[in-house]
Amino acid sequence: MSREMGRDDLVISARSIFLNKSNRQKFSLLTLIVVSIIVLSLEYFKTGPINHFRSVAKDAVFKTSYVISLPFLSLKNAYYGVSDLLKVYEENKQLKIIDLNIDELKLENQFLKEENLRLNALIEEKNLFSNNYHLTKILLDQESPYLRSIVINKGFKHDIKIGSGVRSGSYFIGKVVGVNYLTSRVLLINDLNSKIPVIIEPNGTSAIVSGNGSKFNGDIEYLPEKDQVEEGYIVYTSGADGIISSGIPIGKINIINNKKYVKFFADFDQLKFVKVYFKK
Amino acid sequence: MSLFANRIYSKTITSLPTLILFLVVILGLNQNIIYKDFNFIINFSYIIIFFWSLKKPEHLGYGLIFFAGIINDVVQSLPIGISSLGYLLLSVIGAFIRNRSIIYNLIYDWISFFIAILIVGSVNYIILTTIFKIPIVYESLILGLFVTFLIYPIFFKIFIWIDNIVLIKQNDKKNR
Repeated sequence: MSREMGRDDLVISARSIFLNKSNRQKFSLLTLIVVSIIVLSLEYFKTGPINHFRSVAKDAVFKTSYVISLPFLSLKNAYYGVSDLLKVYEENKQLKIIDLNIDELKLENQFLKEENLRLNALIEEKNLFSNNYHLTKILLDQESPYLRSIVINKGFKHDIKIGSGVRSGSYFIGKVVGVNYLTSRVLLINDLNSKIPVIIEPNGTSAIVSGNGSKFNGDIEYLPEKDQVEEGYIVYTSGADGIISSGIPIGKINIINNKKYVKFFADFDQLKFVKVYFKK
Repeated sequence: MSLFANRIYSKTITSLPTLILFLVVILGLNQNIIYKDFNFIINFSYIIIFFWSLKKPEHLGYGLIFFAGIINDVVQSLPIGISSLGYLLLSVIGAFIRNRSIIYNLIYDWISFFIAILIVGSVNYIILTTIFKIPIVYESLILGLFVTFLIYPIFFKIFIWIDNIVLIKQNDKKNR
């Protein structure tokens, strides 16, 4: 008898939870759960009008999110601005003491560039360095254990394609993984899913740099067994995937406990504007 | 204070739970912590939704919870609808506990919250890994849920304080 009453109570509470709408609720929980499942199942459609609608909706959310986050961003930027200023001040004091001999370095750089052009012409090699880069603003800077990505304000309207390389200054930071009409999502090189083919100079060893979630170091995979890679060697994109341009510096080799890592040149905490490759 | 300003203030105070939830999802404030080799996320939105579904569901509409989930998915680049489903499940558990219990105290809420986030976390993990093949580090997920559980009492106290302010404002409105 009491068991039956308990069961009745359970049925009554379940009905009241799922179907009843209280005074300020416009939808019942059951309706919304069903709608969520339908929306989730629409992820199956990767093309067509549903995809266009999704892309426009994402653009709207990203832009709104950017506008709302502006006051918070300005606070964050002010904090980093002050700490940068202090760093620059200290650095400037030290640089005044050291004689860098910049004029000599400039001439050497100029000579190497000209020599490189001459040798490229000799072997009929095309120019590695493309100028097809859009300077874009970062709308959202998202960090989670599942995804390290940024959202930029250029999309397929600006000829951005999936797989395009993204740089911060001269340094490689990631590649485009999702393109909407006006915005795109960039997967950063330190994300767990990121795998970038690289070449390690000066001995030209090929390898893959994969992210491990750290902002500072990335893992190096598929190094040859008898590798001659040493601390301080520079890691560049190799362009072996045929999408990302070659020769973009990523970082330098750092050995910690006999394991080789890439210490990234880019500072992922201070990304504000990035350059994204486009092809018409 | 003029009548108009007073009305705006009153409206803001009563919509505070909704405003906090939307700020958390839009700004991506679910804090990601990296400490040594540990990498996890503290899900503030779980705390907000569970607390208000349990205590005062009239302050946080289910439709708005659904909408917050959609925004969270877009911002976090998750399959659209997964967070809405998780948030609504949390609301279901909150509503169920509200219906079935007579005594309310922090310890009872805290344990219920732990069970609720474990259920929601499991559902999320199963859907993301089996259907969408998104690699999720299981340890990160569990650690994140555990830390979210640990900080619940702090937010419980803050939300009780907010609830009291809302109550005072509503009483003022009735007495006027």
